[in-house]
Amino acid sequence: MHRFANPARFLRLSAVIQPWAAGATVVLLVVGLYLSLFGSPPDYQQGDTVRIMYVHVPAAWMALFVYVNMAIAAAVGLVWKHPLADLFSKAAAPVGAGFTAVCLVTGSLWGAPMWGTWWVWDARLTSMLILFFLYLGYMALVNAFDDPERGVKAGNVLLLVGVVNIPIIKFSVDWWNTLHQPASVIRMGGPTIAGEMLVPLLVMAFAFTAYFVSVVLLRLKSEILARKIQTLRLNDAQGR
Amino acid sequence: MNRFLTLVGRDLRLALRQGSDATIAVMFFVLCVVLFPFGVGPEPNILARIAAGVIWVAALLASLLSLERLFQNDYEDGSLELLVLTPLPLEAVVLAKTLAHWLVTGVPLIVAAPLLAVLLNMEADGFGVLVLTLAVGTPVLSLIGAIGAALTLGARRGGVLLSLLILPLYIPVLIFGAGAIDAAILGLSPRPHILLLSGLLAGALPLAPWAGAAALRQAVE
Amino acid sequence: MAEFFAMGGYAAYIWPSYALTALVMVGLLVATLKGLRSREATLKALEGSRPPRRRARREAAVHETAAEMGEG
Repeated sequence: MHRFANPARFLRLSAVIQPWAAGATVVLLVVGLYLSLFGSPPDYQQGDTVRIMYVHVPAAWMALFVYVNMAIAAAVGLVWKHPLADLFSKAAAPVGAGFTAVCLVTGSLWGAPMWGTWWVWDARLTSMLILFFLYLGYMALVNAFDDPERGVKAGNVLLLVGVVNIPIIKFSVDWWNTLHQPASVIRMGGPTIAGEMLVPLLVMAFAFTAYFVSVVLLRLKSEILARKIQTLRLNDAQGR
Repeated sequence: MNRFLTLVGRDLRLALRQGSDATIAVMFFVLCVVLFPFGVGPEPNILARIAAGVIWVAALLASLLSLERLFQNDYEDGSLELLVLTPLPLEAVVLAKTLAHWLVTGVPLIVAAPLLAVLLNMEADGFGVLVLTLAVGTPVLSLIGAIGAALTLGARRGGVLLSLLILPLYIPVLIFGAGAIDAAILGLSPRPHILLLSGLLAGALPLAPWAGAAALRQAVE
Repeated sequence: MAEFFAMGGYAAYIWPSYALTALVMVGLLVATLKGLRSREATLKALEGSRPPRRRARREAAVHETAAEMGEG
């Protein structure tokens, strides 16, 4: 693992991977969009609104996937003091927060015609909202220090505390939700998935993953450059 | 153990000498609850229905008030660096300071809560459970808060940031605390809620000092 | 074609969903690229502004830091 700790080596590797990831994103997005907008039938109950699912559900998967990855990177950063792992969480957080926001808003846009309301305090929606706050809290903490190193380290501790808490929050929200059933009769959960709907869903999920990889590689490069600039400026200040 | 108690005693003395922390937290708690009848109207049934939730939310906010200064003074005058060097493990330092914080701000809330429950017409069945859940729940709030206080040491706008980090993590405590009271009022057993709340306390008791100590080490590095 | 854009009467919900997703993804990408370009420019300016003799030493220092980061 420490073979990739050297920023120069990482940059060379990332320069090789990045174009492939970007290309895969474009191809998968084109195919995925075609399948989800033209190539799949409307649901027999939900009609064409089911097409919202093809962005909503992959965004939800990405929101969780990115957070788990950040938490793993935080653990690696804390235990082995791996410098790239530290930078990874910082680089990935805005992307994860973006996917969470997409998931929340598209869910709301899906709920409006189907449930007749923009928001219900359903267990899944509520947990997603809390996850969004965890992302925002992490980003605020990382950027709140004059010394970026310290911000990243504090963020790592917060990520680990958050990842311990996510199952607890999920469980408590599920429990709370079954106790306070909403009065209106609302059919929860998506439609039972037919094969012709599963394919566009998976293609879109892979497209989002490829997008995440290519953007995070760019952001990591940007973070590495920021560190370099900082070192140069420090040296300049000391040299004078 | 002696060192631990000495540290708790020192923090208590410091808090009592400055005096205002405990009173301010309780006054904030009371005022916060008193605002609700003005917001939702004086209808006794509505107030009785929302009493448990209102009191719990107010307790969450009140316990946030003085958290920012939990490590702040020690950090600024340098005694935190000395505390890191003492033979007492840093985890125990965090635990001692959290305990002192809870004694100063948590316990007065528990004492004041029944009075507020009367003001909000809460049903008599809920009173015992209210005090019990607060007694189990407020230590969890102080423990989780200690992590946030340690993480935001030296940050810009630490106080606002602290509440942003901590409030989402408070949600399970709020759910089980208010849920237990609602269950008792509805004639159900509050036992599962209280057991889960105790579970949170049992989990936070080792984890929060550990995470807090990790954050403090970074702060004084 | 018009039928396709009408989305069975749900156009008002479906198109905003896709538009928002596109907006977030493109927005993040643009912000990332902008940040990257400006940092590349800053780095170039910093490295270009120093006298050549000292520059070599500085670069050695940077490589040292990179190596230190790697060892850590």
